[in-house]
Amino acid sequence: MATEKMIHGTIEKISGPLVVAKGMYGAAMYDVVRIGDIGLVGEIIELKEDTASIQAYEETSGLMPGEPVVSTGEALSVELGPGLIEKFYDGVQRPLRLIEEDAKSPYIPRGINVPAIDRETKWEFHPKVAVGDAVIAGDTLGVVQETVLVEHRIMVPLGMEGTVSEIKQGSFTVEEVVAVIDQKGKKRDVTMLQRWPVRKPRPVAKRLPPVIPMTTGQRVVDAFFPIAMGGTACVPGPFGSGKTVIQHQLAKWAEAEIVVYVGCGERGNEMTDVLLEFPELEDPRSGQPLMKRTVLIANTSNMPVAAREASIYTGIAMAEYYRDMGYSVALMADSTSRWAEALREMSGRLEEMPGEEGYPAYLGTRLASFYERAGRAIVLGSAGREGSVTAIGAVSPPGGDLSEPVSQNTLRVTKVFWGLDANLAYQRHFPAINWLLSYSLYTEKMDEYWDEKFDDEWSTLRIEAMTLLEDESSLREIVRLVGIDALSKEERMVLETAKSLREDFLHQNAFHEVDTYASMEKQFKMLKTIVAFHHLGMEALRKGATVGEIFNLPVRETIARMRYLEEKDIGQIDELEGKIKKEMNAVTPVGGETDAA
Amino acid sequence: MLPKEYGTITELSGPLLVVEKTRDVRYDELVEIQLGSGERRRGRVLEITSDRALVQVFEGTDNIDIKNTKLLFLGKVLTLPVSRGMLGRVFNGRGEPIDDGASILGDEKRDINGMPMNPFSRDFPSEFIQTGISTIDGMNPMVRGQKLPIFSGSGLPHNRMAAQIARQATVISGHEDFAVVFAAMGITFEEASFFMEDFRKTGAIQRTVMFVNLADDPAIERITTPRIALTAAEYLAFDLNMHVVVILTDLTNYCEALREISAARKEVPGRRGYPGYLYTDLATMYERAGRLKGKSGSITQIPILTMPEDDITHPIPDLTGYITEGQIILSRTLHRKGIYPPVDVMPSLSRLKDKGIGKGKTREDHADLMNQLFAAYARGKEAKELAVILGEGALTDEDKAFAKFADLFEDKYVRQGEYQNRTFTETLELGWDLLTIIPVKELKRIRDAYLEKYLQPRLEKAEKAEVTAGND
Repeated sequence: MATEKMIHGTIEKISGPLVVAKGMYGAAMYDVVRIGDIGLVGEIIELKEDTASIQAYEETSGLMPGEPVVSTGEALSVELGPGLIEKFYDGVQRPLRLIEEDAKSPYIPRGINVPAIDRETKWEFHPKVAVGDAVIAGDTLGVVQETVLVEHRIMVPLGMEGTVSEIKQGSFTVEEVVAVIDQKGKKRDVTMLQRWPVRKPRPVAKRLPPVIPMTTGQRVVDAFFPIAMGGTACVPGPFGSGKTVIQHQLAKWAEAEIVVYVGCGERGNEMTDVLLEFPELEDPRSGQPLMKRTVLIANTSNMPVAAREASIYTGIAMAEYYRDMGYSVALMADSTSRWAEALREMSGRLEEMPGEEGYPAYLGTRLASFYERAGRAIVLGSAGREGSVTAIGAVSPPGGDLSEPVSQNTLRVTKVFWGLDANLAYQRHFPAINWLLSYSLYTEKMDEYWDEKFDDEWSTLRIEAMTLLEDESSLREIVRLVGIDALSKEERMVLETAKSLREDFLHQNAFHEVDTYASMEKQFKMLKTIVAFHHLGMEALRKGATVGEIFNLPVRETIARMRYLEEKDIGQIDELEGKIKKEMNAVTPVGGETDAA
Repeated sequence: MLPKEYGTITELSGPLLVVEKTRDVRYDELVEIQLGSGERRRGRVLEITSDRALVQVFEGTDNIDIKNTKLLFLGKVLTLPVSRGMLGRVFNGRGEPIDDGASILGDEKRDINGMPMNPFSRDFPSEFIQTGISTIDGMNPMVRGQKLPIFSGSGLPHNRMAAQIARQATVISGHEDFAVVFAAMGITFEEASFFMEDFRKTGAIQRTVMFVNLADDPAIERITTPRIALTAAEYLAFDLNMHVVVILTDLTNYCEALREISAARKEVPGRRGYPGYLYTDLATMYERAGRLKGKSGSITQIPILTMPEDDITHPIPDLTGYITEGQIILSRTLHRKGIYPPVDVMPSLSRLKDKGIGKGKTREDHADLMNQLFAAYARGKEAKELAVILGEGALTDEDKAFAKFADLFEDKYVRQGEYQNRTFTETLELGWDLLTIIPVKELKRIRDAYLEKYLQPRLEKAEKAEVTAGND
């Protein structure tokens, strides 16, 4: 913070979270300012000659025209370094735990100033370079074990390169110098703490296409509407359709090394739930608590609206930082509609010309540039590490109507659409992802990947299952009009298998200890069994078995219980096909077709 | 500093007035308005520039004139004096007593806007509240610290239901300090006196604080009424460690008042003319429900709103549903069938249900039973729809069983008396009784162990009864 850039102005007008200050000539757009005698944090969002419009990140009640406004000359930034993981931040990266300690109150008062990253903690720094090594930006100077799951790589900050002239080993705080780099004769100190302006994407060396799946343990997602590492997805749905539960499930089980969860303008109790639950839950891959790889950001709906706008950027800047270390990062934002509403509120107060439904005309570009920060890439540094940020945003369309601007603009940029359906939710079919509406543009690439793993059987199975589900919807239309008797027995078999797909495969109970997560292996076996039942059933029908007999086979009970098999027991699913065959044979008349009645 | 007095009003419009040549006025400051007649009103600064303030008048601008009216800026925000003495009292929408009792000398004065709870300091609500209503306890269990609104429509018995909940709500773990805070916004005298009578009759008035803004009271006052009520609730819950149920009725009137101010300020409207910040504004009230770590009290909110034209996609129920932890929806169809309480079970939802039920809280089989009842009722209703189109004959035997279940479910489970207080065990047992109609292999949502334990004895008993009947 250079003092010569400090600009002092005075408050001219206050209207909710908008403060207008004059005497701000020389300040830059998006500079962070301190407002009033109590020093509220704000950000400049419009400049007209010497007048600046500022969005305040804290409640402005009690401010008075004439009070001072001071520009810090720095854009809104996050602090990056060891100590981010397991933290619980507000929208402008203040740790909520420290706010509680500082305020000595369960409420969030104003003007609190606490460090984002703890300055006292000492971290054990292990160097990875030696004196005399040539390094460029992004190179790992050393590592710190941040949590049992995360090895934090201390990288050469952007804009620095040269030879290492000093490198340390031992315990240091984030502000102590751990290395010195000789950049063309100029000695530059490196600490473990970096700052980065949140609205600016962190650069990468080369962007890569998203071709590797990010499994989530959720059957409807992984099997039918998969997401790729570095991909983007949106989950729109009316309230009560389970958006938040899906976001939580993905945060819990997604195959990412780091998870950044942004609760943007949502319920306080939900964030408390995550906070209490994540340290208890075990990561299925490492056996460690999920919290050991998670950063939480919460700006609940009753917290200041402008900080809600910032929270999404705070989250993605952190995600990019871990990507730069070479990790696969998943970012969940719940909900982007609340973020857009914050944007609308500020736009309204600035008296800008509104676009659709009062949203500003730049809503689409803002959304697009946010999702564009996701991706898989070769990150900076000579090691050529690969990292990714996968972004998954919930959307809360008013009345569940997807024609509204936030949904439409989101659909334009995201590649996966998990459409939630209130009717499925009413029937307690969860996750309430409608299989006829949803899509994933990564399906083909993911098919290639899984076909390789599952002996070329995967895509055939997936396509056949989806066809059955689609056939079911048109058959049900017929049943609704003329009754079940109008269907042929083959058609009734299709209905029955589709029902089994819905109830035994797509339906997944997030609150059941085993069912909550299914490995790809298990999903494949389950799908294979259900499709095998269909094939064998069709064959038995042709040979003269009746639908009633087939539908009442005892093995169907076992099929329905596949989902509750623990991962170590999934081998049992393989035996089912034989069992189905045996039971089908038992109900098939000897001699086949000739005996058919 | 002496309060500053101004006689420089330049503009009056709707509930707003503009005063000029102001100095040192703070944003959100409380204003006292002295009319020429000597009447005093209060207002709040909505917007302030260096020499001009926009003031919202709580009691409305009727009879205010530009010439004789004086404004006094009080240098503080609107506060409410709080004390234990509030219990058993009735106040108007501005927090002044209207029950002939003495005015409240508070232990302390609190800012009515409160402050946002730190999510880190929250304690997760997990204590089951027994309301004695099966559709809530069995199907949409409520927990302490939850905000669960009732979405209703004009002419539906939401008030009777809210009163029943207030009367019957208890926690299974035992008797604890319990209070009801009631905020009425723009409801009729008749509705308000129904609640007052009901509370008086049952003795509940002793532990109730009422804030009443009637339909003929100033509409703008409604903006402050729920905030005053919640300030009182916070005091009772987190200072006096009481378990507080807050009933807010009717939120629709509140939102209309908010829209009126927004329109008067000529703001860019969001959907249906409601301001773009309606979500945030509602959240600052709803989010004041909850529990705090280290405090034994809690605030449970039951906001009531009437959906215009029964339309759940209307902005008021829509935004409410996105903030609250579920919703109880009343159905006109059930009401027409004469079923009380007419809770529409399918779209109703309690988001915190999983946290409050199960072993050690209610009973081990609660969750499975609940899911099965939902699924069976959904299937039954579907079958009935089918029967309407194709006739009963088109149904399979299973579908017939489900259709029968759906009818009995509405008649026995949903329907109950206004003064009938079912314990949760009674509710659960009733659910199992109804499930005996359905073939066992269709009960996929229930673990085998529970089927064995709870359903089997019933089936055996029924079989015996049948055998005996056959022998007769």
